[in-house]
Amino acid sequence: MTEKLKIDSIKNIVELDGVEKHFGGIAALDGVSAQIREGEFFSLLGPSGCGKTTLLRLIAGFEQPTKGNIAIDGFQMHGVEANERPTNMVFQSYAIFPHLNVEENVGYGLKRLNLGKDETARRVNEMLKLVDLENYNKRPAHALSGGQRQRVALARSLIMKPKVLLLDEPLSSLDKNLREQMQVELRHLQRTVGITFILVTHDQEEALTMSDRIAVMFEGKIVQIASPQELYSRPKSKRVASFIGVMNFIEGQLLKDGGQVTTVDVGILGNVNVNPDQIPIPLNPGPVIISIRPEMLTLLFEDRDSTEYEISGVILESTYYGDMTYYNVQINGLKSPLTISMRNTAGRRVLGDGESARVGWGAESLVILKNSEV
Amino acid sequence: MNSNINTLKFFAYSYLLFLYSPVLLLPIFAFNDSTIISFPLNSFTFKWFAGLTEETYLQESLKNSLFVAISTSILSTCLGILASRASARYKFFGKKSILSFLILPLFLPEIIIGVALLVVLMQLGLPLSLWTVILGHTLVCTPFSIAILNSAFANMDMSLEEASLDLGETRFGTFKRVILPMVLPGLISSLLIAFTISLDEFIIAFFLTGTETTLPVYIWGQLRFPAKLPGVMALGFIMLLLSLVLLSLFEYFRRRMNRILEDQSNVQFDNLFKT
Repeated sequence: MTEKLKIDSIKNIVELDGVEKHFGGIAALDGVSAQIREGEFFSLLGPSGCGKTTLLRLIAGFEQPTKGNIAIDGFQMHGVEANERPTNMVFQSYAIFPHLNVEENVGYGLKRLNLGKDETARRVNEMLKLVDLENYNKRPAHALSGGQRQRVALARSLIMKPKVLLLDEPLSSLDKNLREQMQVELRHLQRTVGITFILVTHDQEEALTMSDRIAVMFEGKIVQIASPQELYSRPKSKRVASFIGVMNFIEGQLLKDGGQVTTVDVGILGNVNVNPDQIPIPLNPGPVIISIRPEMLTLLFEDRDSTEYEISGVILESTYYGDMTYYNVQINGLKSPLTISMRNTAGRRVLGDGESARVGWGAESLVILKNSEV
Repeated sequence: MNSNINTLKFFAYSYLLFLYSPVLLLPIFAFNDSTIISFPLNSFTFKWFAGLTEETYLQESLKNSLFVAISTSILSTCLGILASRASARYKFFGKKSILSFLILPLFLPEIIIGVALLVVLMQLGLPLSLWTVILGHTLVCTPFSIAILNSAFANMDMSLEEASLDLGETRFGTFKRVILPMVLPGLISSLLIAFTISLDEFIIAFFLTGTETTLPVYIWGQLRFPAKLPGVMALGFIMLLLSLVLLSLFEYFRRRMNRILEDQSNVQFDNLFKT
C-alpha cells in the first residue's frame, strides 16, 4: 500500500513526447519519448553525435523541436523562449562572463528580479557557500581555475532556483582527479538542493556513479532507460552492453522458451537453464548472443576451487592495474578470447602469458540478447 | 655576416628618415619666426599658433570637419556592428561575397569613389553639403569598422549569449549586458579609426563638399597664399599631434579587445588540452 502511494506521488517534471529535431534534412533526434521524474539525477549517455546535447538544448529552449512536444512541470514548452523556461544550464565551456567577477556572474540572473542590493548579496553569498567558493566574490573571471569556473557556473544556475538543472558534459574539461572529486560533489549537491538534474555525458563511469536513472542514446534515439545497476547487469542490446563497461559475447542457441525456465545452448559450455529476468527482451527459439561480464568469470587458482560450471583455456595476455588484473583468455573451442577480471587479493598471484587456466562461471550471470544486432 | 646586418640597419634607418623627415619639418617651421619656409631658421615663436585663433574660416572648417568626422565614425561603426554581427551569427546565401563587396571600398582609389559619388549625386539632383561628404566618408570608413568589429564578434563564444538568455535575460538585455561590454574596446577603436580617417581625408571631401569646406580642403585652399604657409604649418602640427593621440588610443583599445578575446580563447584551448 505504501509502495503504491509512493509511486503515485512521483511527479514527472519533464515529459518528452515523440521529439524530433532535423538539421537540414538530417535527423539529430528521431522520435525521443521519456519521462524525467521530479528530484532525480537523470543522465543522457551516448557516444558523440548521438543527439544527447541537442536534446538538452531543446529542453533548455535554445532550439525548437521539428516535431513532438516537450512539457516542463506540466506546461507545454512550444514557443516558450529560453529566458521564460524554469530551466538553467551549466555549459560545457561554463560560459563564465569574462567581463564580470565571481559575484557579478553568480548574481547575473537576479538582476531582473529587482531584489534589492542586500537580498541579492545575501543570496549570492549563500550560493557561494554552497559551492565552496566563499570569499571569492571579487575574483575576476580570468583568475579562476577550471574547477572554480565550474562551481561559479553551478552557483549562477542554482541561484535561479530552476525546476530542472541541465548540465552539458560539465566534467569533461577537468583532469582525472578533479573529475572524480566533482562527481561525488555534484551528486551530493543534487541531493542537498533536491533539484532535478539532467546530465549529458559520453562517460559511462560518470553516468553510473552519479545517476538515479540513465537514458542510453544511439543515433538520435533512446535505446534504454534504466537505473545504473539494471543498465549494467541487464542491458537490453548488445550495443548497450558493450557501451557500458566491458562485456564478453558468445554465440549460442535458445532451445526452449519454457516460461519460468529457459534452456540455452551455450556452444562448448553446454546447455544451461536461465531465469526470465536474464532475457531483457523476449526472444524466440533460435540463434542468440550470450553475454557475461569479465568480473562474473573467475580464474580457479587452486585445485579445490570449484564453481557451477568450468571450462579451460590459455592466458593470452594479462594486464596488471594494481587492484585488478585483466586477463585475455583463449577458451578451448571458442572463436574469440574472453576477458576476465580478477581482484588482486592477498596471496593471489598474477598468471603470466601462456599459462593454462581453469575458468569458472555461473548460469545466473548470463544475459541473453538478440542476435541480429551488431 | 656582421656587415650584412649593418647594411640592413643602415637601410632601415634611412628608410625611416626619408619617411618621417618631411613630417619633422612641420614643427620646425611652425615655431619659426619667418613667413618664408626655408633655412636658416629665425627666432622661436608661438605667433602662428596664436594667429590660428583669429582665422574665422579656419575655425568654421574645423567645426565642419569635426561634425563630419564624428558623424562618419558613428555611422560607419553602426553599419560595422550590423555587418559583423550578421556575419558572425547567421548563415545566409552569398555571405562571403556580400562581405567582400563591403570591404571593397578599402581597395578602390579614393578619386574614383569621389568622382563616382559626385556623378550619382548630380544625377539624383541632391545638393552638395557636409552630408554628402559624410556619405562618402562613411563609404570609405565602413570597411575599417567591419574589419575591426568582425574579429570582436566572430571570436565571441556563442554560449555566453545563451547563458544570459538562460538566466532569464531578454535578447536586448543580453546585448546590453554581455555583448556590448565585450565588444566595447572594439567599438571604441572603430570609432577612433573612422574619426581619424575622416578628419584628414581630402580627395572625397574635395569632390563632394558644397559651400562649407572641411579642414583639409581649407588647408589646400590656403596653400595659394604664401603668407599663410607658416599658419598652415602650425595647423598641420596640431593635426599631427591629434592623429598620433587618436591612433595610440586606437591601438590601446585594439590590444585590450584582443586581450579579452584571447583570455576567452585561452580558456577554450585549456579545455581542449585537458580532455
